[in-house]
Amino acid sequence: MPTRIQKQAQKESLLLNMGPSHPAMHGTIRVMVELDGERILNSELEVGYLHRGFEKICENRTYFNLLPYTDRLNYVSPLINNLGYVMTIEKMLGIEVPKRAQYIRVIMSELSRIADHLTCLAAMAMECGAFTVFLYKIKAREFIWDVIEETTGARMTTSYIRIGGVRADLHPDWTRSLQKAIVETRKVLKDVAGLLNKNKIFLNRTRDIAVMTPEEAISFGWTGPCLRSTGVYYDVRKAHPYLVYDQLDFEVPLGERGDNYDRYDVRMREMEQSLRIIEQCLEQMPKSKSPLVATGMEPSQAIKSSREKRVEERIKLSPNLEGSEKNIYKNILTKDKRYIIPPKENTYTSIEGIISHFKFFMKGHGIRPPKGEVYFSVEGGNGELGYYIVSDGTDKPYRLHLRGPCFHIVSAMEKLIQGRYVADVIPTFGSFNMIGGELDR
Amino acid sequence: MAMEEKKTLKVLKERFQDKIIETSAHFGDDTLLIEKDSFLEIMTFLKGKPWEYNMLLDLTCVDFLGQEPRFEMVYHLLSLPKNHRLRLKVRLSEKDPAIDSLTSMWENANWLEREAYDMFGIHFKGHPDLRRIFMYDGFEGHPLRKDYPLRKRQPRIPLSK
Repeated sequence: MPTRIQKQAQKESLLLNMGPSHPAMHGTIRVMVELDGERILNSELEVGYLHRGFEKICENRTYFNLLPYTDRLNYVSPLINNLGYVMTIEKMLGIEVPKRAQYIRVIMSELSRIADHLTCLAAMAMECGAFTVFLYKIKAREFIWDVIEETTGARMTTSYIRIGGVRADLHPDWTRSLQKAIVETRKVLKDVAGLLNKNKIFLNRTRDIAVMTPEEAISFGWTGPCLRSTGVYYDVRKAHPYLVYDQLDFEVPLGERGDNYDRYDVRMREMEQSLRIIEQCLEQMPKSKSPLVATGMEPSQAIKSSREKRVEERIKLSPNLEGSEKNIYKNILTKDKRYIIPPKENTYTSIEGIISHFKFFMKGHGIRPPKGEVYFSVEGGNGELGYYIVSDGTDKPYRLHLRGPCFHIVSAMEKLIQGRYVADVIPTFGSFNMIGGELDR
Repeated sequence: MAMEEKKTLKVLKERFQDKIIETSAHFGDDTLLIEKDSFLEIMTFLKGKPWEYNMLLDLTCVDFLGQEPRFEMVYHLLSLPKNHRLRLKVRLSEKDPAIDSLTSMWENANWLEREAYDMFGIHFKGHPDLRRIFMYDGFEGHPLRKDYPLRKRQPRIPLSK
C-alpha cells in the first residue's frame, strides 16, 4: 500500500521497514524510516495491527458483560483498566464503595503500575543491551503477579474489580506474599539503579536523545510519566483524586530534560512511590470482620471417604473465588443490591435469590445507568486513562470511547526520531511503553 | 469547586451568547454544545488566556442514527493551570459531516482526527493527511457507525506490489 513516506521520499534515500513483526516493536507497529546513511530524514508510523474493534464490541455487550474486554487493553496492568471502566459506571450510578474495597483497589492499581513500569523498563534496558536488568525486572514482576494471582486468580486478565466493589476479598495469605514482593522489588530497583544510572553505554543511548519540551508534550496530549519527565506537574491521582488517594502521602516525581533517560528515571522513582502507597494502605486499611478461610472437610478427602460411607460433615466447597462468600460481601461490595450479583448461596437456595439473579442477568435488565454522558479518568501506567460513555438508558452503552494514553504518546514518535540515528529509534520507542492493546484498541 | 464550575459555564455563555446552544453539567462534567460555524473561534478563545485549556484530552464522535443532525463531535479539553476539564460538542449533519480541523492548534489532533475519519467518516477541513489509521486501505465503510453491522465481512485484499 502506498504510504505517505513512499510518495515523499527522495530518490537517493533508503527506505527501511521496522516491524510490524520486529523484536523491538513491542506488540505490532510498523515504523518506516527514510534514511540517509544512518540518519533518519523522515519516518512514518503505521498502527492498527492489533485493532480488535473494542469500542464496537462494547456497544453490543451489557455493562456487566464488557468488563473482561477492558482487561485486554493494557494487558500489563489490567486492574487499572478495570478500575477506570468500573469507576466511570459508578460515577453514572452514584454508587458508594466500602472503604476496604477502596483500599484493595488502590493496592491493586499500584501493584499494576509497578508491573507496568517494570515491564517497560525491562524491555527498554534489554534493547539497549542490558539483559541482566531485563531478568532482574521480570523476576520482580513475577513476585508482584504472584500477589495479584493469589487474590484474583489470574496473572493478567483479571476482571477482578467489579461495579460496586471488587470480586473477592484478599487472599488469607496476602500480607506475606505482598511483603515479599515489596522487599524483592526494592532490591531489584536498587540493583537496577546501580547497573544503569551511571552506566556509560546506557547513558549514551538515552541522555539527550529524543528530547521533548513541555509545550510540545502538552500539545501532543502526553500524560503520565512521559509528561512528567518534561517537568510538567500533572497526575490524575493528585489533580482529580479518586478512591482514597487524597488520604495517602506520596510524591509525584518530575524530570528535567524530557529525554529518554528522564522517562526511565521518572518511572524508576514512581515505583518507589507506589511501594510507599501500598505500605500506607497496609496500615490504614480497615480489617475484614469475617474470617477469610472457609471451614470444613477438604473436597478430595470427602470424595475418598465417600467410597466407604456417606459424608455427613460440611464440605469446604465454594463455587466462587475464595473470599467471595455472602458474609464477606458487605466488606467489599456496595450495599445497593441492584448493581451487584447476588451471592451464590442465595441463588442456589432461595427463590428470592434466584429471582434477583435473573433480574441481574436477563436481557434488558441488569445495570441500566440513567441517560446521559460521562467522562472519568484514572492514572494508568502510561497516563490518563479515560473512559467516555454515552448511555441511552438501556443495559448496553450507546457509545464507549477509551482515551488511551499510549495513542497520544506514540503519535509524537515521528517528530522525536527525526534527524536522529536508526539506533535511537529503539530506546526512544522503549521509553514510551507502547502497549498494542491500548493503542489500537 | 462546584460553584466555580457553574461559573465557568455561565461566563462562557455570556461571552458567546447564541453561539452556545446549550450548557449542562450532568454528573459534574461541564459541557457546551456549540454552533459549528463558530467552532474554531471558541476553541481558539478557550486555548488562550485567561482560560488556558491547553491540552486536547480527547476527540471522538457519536453517531445518533435516525436523528438529524446525525453526528456529534465530542472534544474534551483540559486546562493544566486551572485544573479543569471541559467538554465541547458540535453537531454535524448526515449530508455534510465535515468540521474544521484542529491540527493547527494541537499536535495530537492529527491522529485523533484520522481515527474519527476512519471510524465515522467525518471530514476534517484543513487536515494535512486525512486517511485511515486503524483500518487498512481498501476497507469499505466506517465501522463505528451505527448502520455498520457488527459481524460484517470485508472482501480480502489481494497482496500486491
